[in-house]
Amino acid sequence: MKNPRFLADYGPILVLLLLCGFMSVVTYSEQSSNGTTAAEQVLASLAKQCGKSPRVLIAVGVQPGDADFAAKLERDLVASGATVLAVAQGEPRDAREALQSIAASGSTLDAICCTDVTQTWLVITDIKADFPSLGEPSVFTPQSFFWPNFLKSENLLNIANQVAVIAVIAIGMTIVIITGGIDLSVGSLVALSAVLTAAFIRDFAGGVQASFGGMLLACIAAIVLCGSIGAVSGTMITWFAIPPFIVTLAMMLIGSGLAYLLAMGQSIYQIPDSFVWLGRGADLIGLPNAVVLMLVLYALAHVLMARTTLGRYLYAVGGNTEAARLSGVPVKRVLLFAYIASALFAGLGGVIMASQLKSGSATYGTMYELYVIAAVVVGGTSLSGGEGRMLGTLTGVFTIAVIQNGMNLTNVESYTQKVVLGLVILGAVLFDKVRQRVTTFTSSG
Amino acid sequence: MSNCSPLLEMRGVVKSFPGVRALRGVSLRLQAGEVLALLGENGAGKSTLIKILGGAQRAEAGSIAINGREAAFHSPQESRRGGVAVIYQEFNLVPGLTAVENIFLGQELTRWGFVARKQERRLAADLFERLGVEIDLDAPCRQLSTAQQQLVEIAKALAFDARIIVMDEPSAALTSHEVDRLFEIIRDLKSRGVGVLYISHRLDEVFAIADRVTVLRDGCNTGEQIIEKITRNQIIGWMVGRELKDEFPQRQSKIGAPKLEVSGLRRGRAVRDVSFTVRCGEILALTGLVGAGRTETVRLIFGADQRQAGEIRIDGNVLSIRSPCDAISAGIGLLTEDRKLQGLALGHSIRDNFGLPNLTWLSRCGFVQLCRERDSLSNYVKKLQIKLQNQEQLAVHLSGGNQQKVVLAKWLARNCDVLLFDEPTRGIDVGAKYEIYLLLNELAAAGKALVMISSELPEVLGMADRIIVMHEGRVTGEIADARHATQEQIMALAHA
Repeated sequence: MKNPRFLADYGPILVLLLLCGFMSVVTYSEQSSNGTTAAEQVLASLAKQCGKSPRVLIAVGVQPGDADFAAKLERDLVASGATVLAVAQGEPRDAREALQSIAASGSTLDAICCTDVTQTWLVITDIKADFPSLGEPSVFTPQSFFWPNFLKSENLLNIANQVAVIAVIAIGMTIVIITGGIDLSVGSLVALSAVLTAAFIRDFAGGVQASFGGMLLACIAAIVLCGSIGAVSGTMITWFAIPPFIVTLAMMLIGSGLAYLLAMGQSIYQIPDSFVWLGRGADLIGLPNAVVLMLVLYALAHVLMARTTLGRYLYAVGGNTEAARLSGVPVKRVLLFAYIASALFAGLGGVIMASQLKSGSATYGTMYELYVIAAVVVGGTSLSGGEGRMLGTLTGVFTIAVIQNGMNLTNVESYTQKVVLGLVILGAVLFDKVRQRVTTFTSSG
Repeated sequence: MSNCSPLLEMRGVVKSFPGVRALRGVSLRLQAGEVLALLGENGAGKSTLIKILGGAQRAEAGSIAINGREAAFHSPQESRRGGVAVIYQEFNLVPGLTAVENIFLGQELTRWGFVARKQERRLAADLFERLGVEIDLDAPCRQLSTAQQQLVEIAKALAFDARIIVMDEPSAALTSHEVDRLFEIIRDLKSRGVGVLYISHRLDEVFAIADRVTVLRDGCNTGEQIIEKITRNQIIGWMVGRELKDEFPQRQSKIGAPKLEVSGLRRGRAVRDVSFTVRCGEILALTGLVGAGRTETVRLIFGADQRQAGEIRIDGNVLSIRSPCDAISAGIGLLTEDRKLQGLALGHSIRDNFGLPNLTWLSRCGFVQLCRERDSLSNYVKKLQIKLQNQEQLAVHLSGGNQQKVVLAKWLARNCDVLLFDEPTRGIDVGAKYEIYLLLNELAAAGKALVMISSELPEVLGMADRIIVMHEGRVTGEIADARHATQEQIMALAHA
C-alpha cells in the first residue's frame, strides 16, 4: 500500500533526477574556466615562471567573461609590478595589430595571456615565425577542468527559460485534464495572445515609445480576451454538452485563424526594448523573471488544487461527475472555471513568449498543445480525470525539456529527437499503468 | 464416470489480497440439476470465489474439477470453454448492441468469414422461446429493462451450452413478479441438468428455489445443509456467527409537524402528479415495483433532474429547487441507490468523498480546514463503525457495506433535516443492515424527516411509519398504519 503511493508521488521526480544524472554523464567534457577565476590561475602560473616584472600582452576574445578576465589580469599585473604592453580584445586582427605595434616600438615580450579560445589563434601560435623581434614569449592559458556541459549554470538557466512558456500553459492544462477534459486550443491561444499583445502595444500604447502602464494594459487585455475565448469553450462544453475534444479543436482553428488575420500574416515587432523585461530579464536572485513567475504560479496552483474547496471540486468532478453533482458540487461552474483558467494561462504564456522574442506572430505556439499534454501525462496525471498533481506536471515539463536539451547537447538530430520524445511519452504512460496494476494488485479486497 | 463425480467441485481454494485473506481454503460441490445457494455477508468471499470460477481471478491454491476432470481457468474464455457461465450483478452487455449481437458476442456464428445474421437471429429467437419470454431482438440493449437484460445474459449462457450457471444477486433489481419468472426459468434449467449456483441476500428466495445451502464467513465454509433440514435463523447464525433475534430494531416513533410537502410533482411518464407529506420524526417508505417512479420522484425533489411541474415545501415555505446545490442548502440529502456510480468517487480517498458535500462548512475563505475535516470524519467512523485502514484509503478498496456507511457519514455530517434514502440496504450483509436500521431509527428519533425507498417488503413493513405505494409514476395507495400492514396489501396496490 505504502510503496505504490510513494511511487505515484515521487516516481516522476525520481525519473527526472535519474535523467539529469544520465545527461550529466553523457555531456561530461573538458571545460575551461573564465572570468576572474581564470585570471587568478593565469596570474599564479605567470608569477611562477616569469619572475617579478615581465612584459605582458593580454589577448582575449569576445566570449562572456573575457572582459572580466582581461580587466582583472591587467589590474593585478600592474599592481604586482609587471608591464602590460597592450590589451587586445576582440578579433585575431586586434591581436595582430597589438603585436605589430609592440614590435614597432622595439620592446620584447615575455608572456602572452590567452583564453582557451585565443591561444588557438594563428597569430598566437605562429608568433615566433611572424614576430621574431619580440623574443620568445611564453603563452599562459587558464587550466582546463572536467565538468558536464549539461550542469553548467548557463545551460540550466537556459532550460528553465525555454520551459517557462510550456510550464505556465501546463498549469491550466493540468486543471482541465483533472476534470476529465482536454484543451486543444492552448497552442493557438498562445499565438493569439502574443499577436494581440504586440498589436495593442503598437496601435494603442504608442508602439516603440510605449510606457510601462500601456504595456501592462496591453498584456492584461490580451490575457482577458483569451480568457473570454476559454469562457466560450467552457459554455459550449457545460451547457450544450459538446465533448471538450471537439469544442477545443474548433477553438484551436478559430484562435489560430484570428491570430493570422490580426497579424495579417506578419510578425509585429513595433515594441519597446523594455518589453523584454519579463521574458529575458533576470532581476531577482539571478533567476530569469519568467522562471520566477512560473515558480510562483506553480506554488499558487498547488495550493489551489491541494487546499481549497475549488481544488477539491475539480478533482471530484473528474473522479465521478454524477457523484459530485449529487453531493452539491456546482459541476458546470467548476468546469467553466477550468476552461477559463486554461485559456488565461495560455494567454499569459503568449505574453511571455512575445516578451522573450520581442514580437508577436501567429506562428508562435504551434504544436504546443501536444507538448503540454505530453508534459502533463509524463507528470503522472491520468487522462481519465480525477487524478494528478501540479508538481507532477512541473516535473513532467522539466523531464521533456531535459531530454530535449540533452539531445541538443549531444548533437542528436531533430528527427531522431521526435522519435525519442514519442517513446518517452509512451514510456511514461506505461509506467503509470504498471503502477496502477501494482496498486490494485496490492490492495483490492 | 460422470454419475459418481459432481458436476463442479472446488477444493481448498485460497486467495489473498494484501491485508485480507479473502478465501482460506473454501470448498464447494455442485451436482448436475441442482440449485446451490451460496450465502454469506458482504466480504465473506462469495464474489472472489465466483470470480475465480469465472476465470476473472486466479486462485493461489486449490483445485477446480468439472465432471471429475481437473480444470485450470486462467481467463474468462477458458472458463467459458469449460462450460461455466457467470452472470455478474453488473451485467456484461454492450449497451449499444442488440440482444442477438450481445448473445453471440465473442462466439459469432460465421459463414465464409461473415457473420451469419439470419442463423444467429433464429437461434436467439429459439432461446427466448425456450425461456418463455418475448424480447425485441433488434433493440439496443440499453433500451431493455433490467429483467430483460438479465434474460439476455441467461440466453447468452445457454447459447454456448453452459453446464454451470452462476447467478450473482440475480433478483437485486427485479420486481417480485419478475423474480417468479426467473425461478421458473431456473427450474427449467435444472430439469435439463444444468447446475445453478445462486447467490442472494434474500433468504425468502433461497428457501423458494435452492436445493442446498452453503454458507461462507470470512473466507471459510461455515455450514452446508439441504434446504429441508434448515431454518432461517440457522442460516443467519452461520452467516453472522451469532443468531439475530430481530431483523428490525424496535422503535417508539414521535411524529411532529409536517416537514416536507410535495404536491403535483411531474416529469414525463416516469413521475405523474405525485403528492405526499413527510413529518418530523417520521420514516415514510416509498415502495412499488422497480420502474414505478420512486427513484425518479426523489431525484426530482433533490433537483437531480428537472421537474416539469410541482411544488416542494419545507416547513410550509415553497422552495425553488433547480439543482442538488439548492436542495442541499435547503437541508435535503439524497443517498442514491447506486453508490458506485452516483454516491462515491471510487478512485478518491474516503476523506475526499466524505468532505465533498460538507466543504461549505468545513472551509474558511475557500480553504479546506483539514483538521476539522479529519476530526469530523473520525467521529463518524467511530459512530458508524466503518472499518478502514486510514482516512486516505481509496473508497474502491472498501467493502460494499463500508462504502455505504461512508456515503451515510457524508450526509449525516451535513446535518440535513430531510433525508431521502434510495435502497439504503441494497447489496449489504445482514449485520450491516441492522446497523443501518438502527441509524435510521436514531435519525427519526432526532426529529428528522426520512423517506426510504425499498423493494424489500419485509424491510418496508419492519421500518416504516407510513407507506406510500407507487405504480407507473403515480401514487396508487397510502397505508397510514405500517405496523399492521401486510405484504399482500402492498402488492395489491403496487399492481393496481
